[in-house]
Amino acid sequence: MSKQVVDALAAKFPSAVTRTGSAHGDEIAWIKRDDLVAVATWLRDDPAMAFDSPVFCTCIDWLDYRPIGRPVSEHWNETKPRFTVCYQLRSIAKKNRIRLEVEVTEADPRLPSLAGLWPAFDWQERETFDMYGIRFDGHPDLRRIYLYEEFVGYPLRKDYPKEKRQPLVRRDDLPVNPLKAAEGKSH
Amino acid sequence: MGLELSTTRLEDAAKWAKQSKLARIPEWGRKFSLFTYPFVTACCGMEFMSVAAAKYDIARFGAEFPRFSPRQSDLLMIVGTITEKQGPALKRVYDQMAEPKWVIAFGVCASTGGFYQNYHAMPGADQVIPVDVYIPGCPPRPEQVLDALIMLMDRIQDGRGHSQLRLKRDAMIRAQEAQAGDGPGE
Repeated sequence: MSKQVVDALAAKFPSAVTRTGSAHGDEIAWIKRDDLVAVATWLRDDPAMAFDSPVFCTCIDWLDYRPIGRPVSEHWNETKPRFTVCYQLRSIAKKNRIRLEVEVTEADPRLPSLAGLWPAFDWQERETFDMYGIRFDGHPDLRRIYLYEEFVGYPLRKDYPKEKRQPLVRRDDLPVNPLKAAEGKSH
Repeated sequence: MGLELSTTRLEDAAKWAKQSKLARIPEWGRKFSLFTYPFVTACCGMEFMSVAAAKYDIARFGAEFPRFSPRQSDLLMIVGTITEKQGPALKRVYDQMAEPKWVIAFGVCASTGGFYQNYHAMPGADQVIPVDVYIPGCPPRPEQVLDALIMLMDRIQDGRGHSQLRLKRDAMIRAQEAQAGDGPGE
């Protein structure tokens, strides 16, 4: 539907766009990390693009991704970067949608923030940081948004134990007190 | 309706009169004038509204007046999921309530964590504060809530609520200490 947008983007930034694709009617452009801000600025400011509405920012953790009934995905295997950060944009004026995807590695999970371009991405990037531990360089206030400061780790990463709780407070008379049990282990 | 009070106020008064235990007057009065603090966090709140509204009418049991200050309430209704982040707030609300006080866990999430088994949901509000009556259901029917309230009223009358037992225990300990120290110790 927005194929011409992706084609224009690839023509304008041939070195920044690694590949393009389409999924369920949404056009996707994979962007190199260092060129993300330049690409996003052009998408926002060019009158023919006019992407004025940020839809969402989130992250995909591809760790151990095994699609059922199919061979190991072309999207991910052990040699590829673990995380994909997605920015979904919409142009209300031109009625276009486009998704920018940036691949970041587990060792260096950082990319430039787009909160300066679209202020609505401020809290969404904070959520992505909260849940996946992605660092957004240049973000005005990058700290946890849902979880408490005492929380250790990033719960939506696939290697976070499913039922691991990090309680803030417990009764003193519990048969098994997780707070006390944690203290006992550390000593 | 199948909703019969096991003890009406009149029968209760008669029972009390037969036993003629003056010490039971306050508990008899307390159980018919519960002031609720609705700690409403989730969808069970809709069912709480239903219980409080005219059709099921929790006012029939003397617990119709929600107080949004813990200082003015003696029944804490935990209505909905409690997250780990909310734990300190819940404990603080409970600590601020005046003694004696009672707690009802309203719905499975408040009772056991319900279907949330993950990093953020507390596996039951009783991890943080003692709970007197648990109401299962997702959400519970209003009849279940009224049933739980009647159970709690019986418990209050018998002095078996958590905070009542704790107060009795503390009083006993104080009495023993006073006896051991022969009075002028304090």
